[in-house]
Amino acid sequence: MAETAVAEKAAVKAEPLFGKKEKKLITDPLGDNNPITIQVLGICSALAVTSLVVPSLVMSVAVVFVCAFSSLFTSLIRTKIPKQVRMIVMLVIIATLVTVVELMLKYLNYPIYKQLSVYIGLIITNCIVMGRLEAFAMANKPWRSFLDGIGNGLGYGVILVAIAIIRELFGKGTLFAGSAVEMNIIGANNGIVEYWINTAAESGIGSWFSWYANNNLMVLPAAAMFIIGIMIWIQRSYRSHLVDIS
Amino acid sequence: MHSTNYVIMFILALTSLVAVGLTTLREVTYETAEMNKAIFNKREVIKAVADFIGLEEGQKVGDLSDERVLEIFNNDVKQVVVDMDGNVVDQQTVNGIYKGGLAEHIDMSKEKKKDEKERLLPLYMFSKDGKTKYIVSVIGSGLWDEIWGNIAIEGDLNTVVGASFDHKGETPGLGAEIKDNPSFAAKFKGKKIYNDGMMALNVRKGGAKDMTYDVDGISGATVTADGVTEMLQRGIKYYNPYFSKIKSSGK
Repeated sequence: MAETAVAEKAAVKAEPLFGKKEKKLITDPLGDNNPITIQVLGICSALAVTSLVVPSLVMSVAVVFVCAFSSLFTSLIRTKIPKQVRMIVMLVIIATLVTVVELMLKYLNYPIYKQLSVYIGLIITNCIVMGRLEAFAMANKPWRSFLDGIGNGLGYGVILVAIAIIRELFGKGTLFAGSAVEMNIIGANNGIVEYWINTAAESGIGSWFSWYANNNLMVLPAAAMFIIGIMIWIQRSYRSHLVDIS
Repeated sequence: MHSTNYVIMFILALTSLVAVGLTTLREVTYETAEMNKAIFNKREVIKAVADFIGLEEGQKVGDLSDERVLEIFNNDVKQVVVDMDGNVVDQQTVNGIYKGGLAEHIDMSKEKKKDEKERLLPLYMFSKDGKTKYIVSVIGSGLWDEIWGNIAIEGDLNTVVGASFDHKGETPGLGAEIKDNPSFAAKFKGKKIYNDGMMALNVRKGGAKDMTYDVDGISGATVTADGVTEMLQRGIKYYNPYFSKIKSSGK
């Protein structure tokens, strides 16, 4: 441990704390190296949790946390990790962090823990975390790995929330349902949603779009697949250097 | 390549470090977490009688402070544990299985795994202004995992006056609507449970036909809705022996 600490100190002196390269680590995953649209990692959870915005947001925050700190810890001990069992070591680190998140949620806010307990377990299986540890944290210094973790977590979160907004808006007619800032944007009329219609009519916005019938396809996981496909298509047609011609 | 001994030592050191760390964290947070859980469960019970606890306009049970939830629960709610034959089980016997021995300590998902004849049933009696409402707890299966709920029944033991549902892993936007969309639970208010002694309360796909017993289903969540029907019909039936005892005792 002492060696890495010394090495780290030297690194901080030699490299700026937040230079051009460090900035790129954060911004790259948001655009040209997005974990979902370019690396095509973490698709499974992107399909599962994106039918509502609020769970997607909390999932994103949790993934940023786990991604950043597992990168940091893996990078700190990267020279000590035996190569034969590195995957197992990474899994231990990730699972530990996920358990910490779970315990802290139970301690601090039990209702949120109840709402998210299923998704929190899903983070362990999120291939973005493992992918970044293997591809970046094993070969880079702690600070940069930490930034890379944050960047990729954010890149994942941005896409997740974008998909969730589209799906919730057209599938349910609302945004942020189940939270304090719940909004009813477009009206719906499939029987069970009278509650949403009433509040929408009161707020005055919903009445303009009260003709809109909820699109049930949007609620199904298949919709997320279509939306991700369209996002990949749009991104690649604007950034032609991303297209792999070979 | 590292030697096998190094690999074994490394893994042992790492896992023991992690184990000690996580155990410590759990021990430190355990008591508060358990208290949070107890308040959460009490709040779930109170949700079923939300109309009768004197909420202000626009206020939800979820907005009540923890202290207020405890106050309502301690002052207005009596709890008993009954068995499948309708006998009240005393606290000491229950204490042997669930620490604490009260209805609120019963773990419904453990009860679900037991043989039907040996189950313990939590029953809450909410009394205010001289009127008693019975809150029963039911558990069943949705599409992916367990679903459960608390149903508040009027003193006539036939009319539903409130309900709250929860689930472990139903699909957000579909099955999860039983909890997320307050209008689903609200639809149970005023429905009758028994038709000529038979369980008639149900969730009907494609909309309610008989307004006395049917509740509108959720489009796209047929399996969850069927699970709710099954859970209600079976779960409330468990309480029948106890209910008939109350009735025959002339209350």
